[in-house]
Amino acid sequence: MTPLQLFLQQLANGLTLGAIYALIALGYTMIYGVIQLINFAHGEVFMVGAYAALTIVLLASSAPWWALLPACALAAMTACGVVGAAMERFAYRPIRQAPRLNALITAIGMSFFLQNAIMLLYGATDRQFPNPIPPVRWDIGGVTVTLMQVVIWLTGGSVMIGLQLLVMSTRLGMAMRATAQDLRACALLGIPVNRIIATTFMIGSALAAIGGMLFGLHYGTINFHDGYLVGLKAFTAAVLGGIGNIPGAMVGGVVLGLLEGLGAGYLSSQWKNVFAFVVLVILLLFKPTGLLGERVADRA
Amino acid sequence: MPDLAHVRSQTIRWSIGALAALALPLINPNPYQLDVLTTALLYALLALGLNLIVGLTGVLHLGYAAFFAIGAYTYGLLNVHLGCPFWLGVAPASVVAGLCGIALGIPALRVRGDYLAIVTLGFGEIVRITFTNLEAWTGGPNGLLGIDHPRLWLPGQGILDFGVASAPYYYLVCVATALVAGVCVRLSRSRIGRAWRAIREDEVAASCMGIPVLHLKLLAQGCGGAIAGIAGAIFAAKQGTVTPDSFDFILSVMVLAMIVLGGLGSVRGAVVGALALGSLPELLRGFEQYRMLLFGLAMILMMRLRPQGLFGGFQGTITKQKPFGIF
Repeated sequence: MTPLQLFLQQLANGLTLGAIYALIALGYTMIYGVIQLINFAHGEVFMVGAYAALTIVLLASSAPWWALLPACALAAMTACGVVGAAMERFAYRPIRQAPRLNALITAIGMSFFLQNAIMLLYGATDRQFPNPIPPVRWDIGGVTVTLMQVVIWLTGGSVMIGLQLLVMSTRLGMAMRATAQDLRACALLGIPVNRIIATTFMIGSALAAIGGMLFGLHYGTINFHDGYLVGLKAFTAAVLGGIGNIPGAMVGGVVLGLLEGLGAGYLSSQWKNVFAFVVLVILLLFKPTGLLGERVADRA
Repeated sequence: MPDLAHVRSQTIRWSIGALAALALPLINPNPYQLDVLTTALLYALLALGLNLIVGLTGVLHLGYAAFFAIGAYTYGLLNVHLGCPFWLGVAPASVVAGLCGIALGIPALRVRGDYLAIVTLGFGEIVRITFTNLEAWTGGPNGLLGIDHPRLWLPGQGILDFGVASAPYYYLVCVATALVAGVCVRLSRSRIGRAWRAIREDEVAASCMGIPVLHLKLLAQGCGGAIAGIAGAIFAAKQGTVTPDSFDFILSVMVLAMIVLGGLGSVRGAVVGALALGSLPELLRGFEQYRMLLFGLAMILMMRLRPQGLFGGFQGTITKQKPFGIF
């Protein structure tokens, strides 16, 4: 393998990881955008999505893969959408007036709750995630690309384009952007802000669900603990891109995935998690608002 | 002049509390329950330290477990590689953790708000993974083994090795918590404490009044780190081993949850919050596998029913804090 081929190979691997991080980071950033809440339970929503997808894969394992995957995605999105909206309605909405730290603690409680609910339902051990995608691989100039990677790129890419369209050119998207700018003014103008916020949670959670499904396909096993580290990294990605900024989350996710892929390839894979955080800390020191971000709230 | 009657009633109350704490192992020598209490008191030490940073100064710190880890590893490494006894190891553990707090603060305090939270979170992860990966010194993921338990010379009893007994550690942590709580009360009433609170309320106004904001924030981080370092050394000595897994992000947020439950900025609240949350998982043990599920629910409900915490002493300021939405 020439150095260039090695580089391109790590790039392809990093891009796969990056697409998954970006999908999860979008949820963090959208929710932060509308109510300035770091939803620490979002990583758990991602994990719930992975388990929901697993359930469908196990139930309908005989279906052809191109029909099975959309069904999986749909089921996972529905499950997570419901979880996200319920979380907003019953945990976050009642304390929206309280100091922001309280919401953080609620999110942590929520994350314990979801983790343990999944553990009770599916067991504490690693679950095999059967991969329905046929193991097709292409060799492009010495760089191996699998069908699964292509599926992940296409899914991630199309979802992000769809989200961008939704946010930029529909009434709902306009209401979401308006809510993010000034919640109070929106309420005065008759925009049903509570419904917009709930919808934002729902959409963000559904995106995490797709991320969960792709994660299961990519790694082949899932565990109820997975939400924690992946969620943390996706959050890092959201901050990297500038939290509250939707294109920023996409960029941040892909950048983080690439950094990790390249870091694991060229440095030691042991240090890859540190690598991501070190880059984040250094970036924030020089550009305290992330790559594409704006100012954030000052108070804890 | 402090009110004499008030001082006397305070003294009586504290004496009763101290006597009860001292008598507990004699009345109920169940080692398991003592261990649970010891762990909860270690949490109380951590909560007291974090309370200086988050509760008094208003700097949201999500990587506090790192200082605990640094304290534990400092004593552990000094002991395993140099044979340093516990009583000599506590001071370096505390100093190193405190200095790390300041060292982290110098770059980190340049960023603000939620970004500061993520930088501190990143710091916590970096420290934990670094201890995992420095296998030659720290034993890597398996942990640092064979750390000496404390030994104490007692009049008439010769040298007492704490070993794996429960009561000595309970007393040790009791004394440490009482001392640290005393220091925290004094600190929070001092000029420094008032300056910290001023920074929490309004940083710009505080700096206009001539408060050296950055120095005081660094001081808070240093003090908080030093307290965590003491707790870490005690933890290492009690366990006899330290593994990097003990210091994950969940520990940082648990300690944060404790001070929020107790009421931000309140010393009493930090101790009570830590005792409550620290022993709650054990109290819920009867529910076996539903334990952590209920624990999560309890945290959610607590925030909903009593958002200002148990001893939310600064209610006026908490309502003034910027909420994250309307309604």
